[in-house]
Amino acid sequence: MARILPLAEAVAENVRDGDTVAMEGFTHLIPYAAGHEVIRQGRKGLFLIRMTPDILYDQLIGVGAARGMKFSWGGNPGVGSLHRFRDAVENQWPRPLEIEEHSHAAMANAYEAGAANLPFAMLRGYIGADLPKVNPNIRSVTCPFTGEVLAAVPAIRPDVTIIHAQRADRKGNVLIEGIVGVQKEAVLAARRSIVTVEEIVDQLSPPSPNSVVLPGWAVTAVAHVPGGAFPSYAHGYYPRNNAFYIRWDEIARDRESFAAWMKENVFDAKPEDFARHAAKKSAKAA
Amino acid sequence: MTDFTPNEMMTIAAARALSNDDVCFVGIGAPSAACNVARLTHAPDITLIYESGTVGTKPDVLPLSIGDGELCDTALFTVSVPEMFRYWLQGGRITTGFLGGAQIDKFANLNTTVVGPYDRPKVRLPGGGGAPEIASNCGRIFITMALTKRGFVEKLPFITSMGHGEGGAHRERLGLSTKGPTRVITDLCILEPDPETKELTVVSIHPGVDRDRIVENCGWPIKFADTVIETPAPTETELAVLRDINARTKKAHEGTGSGKEAA
Repeated sequence: MARILPLAEAVAENVRDGDTVAMEGFTHLIPYAAGHEVIRQGRKGLFLIRMTPDILYDQLIGVGAARGMKFSWGGNPGVGSLHRFRDAVENQWPRPLEIEEHSHAAMANAYEAGAANLPFAMLRGYIGADLPKVNPNIRSVTCPFTGEVLAAVPAIRPDVTIIHAQRADRKGNVLIEGIVGVQKEAVLAARRSIVTVEEIVDQLSPPSPNSVVLPGWAVTAVAHVPGGAFPSYAHGYYPRNNAFYIRWDEIARDRESFAAWMKENVFDAKPEDFARHAAKKSAKAA
Repeated sequence: MTDFTPNEMMTIAAARALSNDDVCFVGIGAPSAACNVARLTHAPDITLIYESGTVGTKPDVLPLSIGDGELCDTALFTVSVPEMFRYWLQGGRITTGFLGGAQIDKFANLNTTVVGPYDRPKVRLPGGGGAPEIASNCGRIFITMALTKRGFVEKLPFITSMGHGEGGAHRERLGLSTKGPTRVITDLCILEPDPETKELTVVSIHPGVDRDRIVENCGWPIKFADTVIETPAPTETELAVLRDINARTKKAHEGTGSGKEAA
């Protein structure tokens, strides 16, 4: 059964140095507050996993918390490059970064295989592409029925998955709505999981019987962190702050301006600081 | 004739490539603009799908990311990312993929991964995302990107997604039954693969552009089809729709972006 904990305790108990960590969210519901707590607690040597590493992973890489990253698209969507990621790959700053690169289809299938307790995923993928030449974890299997050769990638089994969601009830059942990405699979594939939520409520009150729900017994810890997905968004609560994504380009381009931003907004900040982003939008919506 | 920019001509020419019957997997950026202009002009019933899981979306402003809330709010339905790639893309339900890229070669292979060696890249680009499987699993592929020497290169340092490989029947040899890239729309002209060799060939030149400019901006000795037409200029309606959506988009994405707005 999920324990409902303050974010700092949830991270202290579940994220360890050297862990493989997936912080998922396909543009939507990215667990920024939890990621910042991981940075503040000084975790080192993390192997990060994520389909679409964006600003949050740029921050983890830029402070030197990551030894490696498995990913399929590493950019600032609609804006351009991740400058801290590029600095690590192109200049090994602040430390070298081991990369394992896949396509979205392969990563999605690999999470699903992890959730399904299978050793690998197969897909009709990578045909004519160069990634299999540089990633030894892209191999092939032959269908025993048709003889077709298919791409194979290892299942993703993170030590810990961290996601953000709209609501949890007091038993730790979690509701996710909107663009649900790969979050359900990422939690079910992991040994431990932390879910930060906008609200903790008596009843989840799902709007439809087909809502995505992670039952409390499949989640390790739930933390109440309103606004915790900012500058990404929580559908039904507050919108994506596209202007901040655009501005991140200039903040992260330069090592000094990045460090200054991180000190002010991460190292000297608290999870509660995220609440102002949620409060602002709900006040406007009311 | 109304004035228009090369970029506007590119977006509108790309929009015209789509029809009402298309079920289109939309890449972010220029493809997204083209697909939505098509939807707002001649193809109101086109089905637009973004890899974040939104199916049949009708955004009022162009999304900055492939997962903006606008896409989900206006979609017919939204699925998980594994379902998107397994059932809908790999399942062969998508007629048209619309891609962009950092670099393209004469057989319409695309690179969005690295410039320079993979292990010690000169420039690390974002990577393939959905493109490797979009390129092989959609019925056909349209590509839109500006024609520049940096972008249109003789040899790609890295093939992120396959177009026509080494040309000819390379796709068939790899077991692919989909058509691959059938049209490349640039800011100067439109290219299509030669039916036999699959080498990209200029078939239509935008108004006010001459052949020399196309030759100078391409990184390989570019070929022209026997019959080359002039691309019809944007109509006033097409331009108005494109400018409206761009204006709405700019307004929607503006803000201080400090991340520190007070409650």
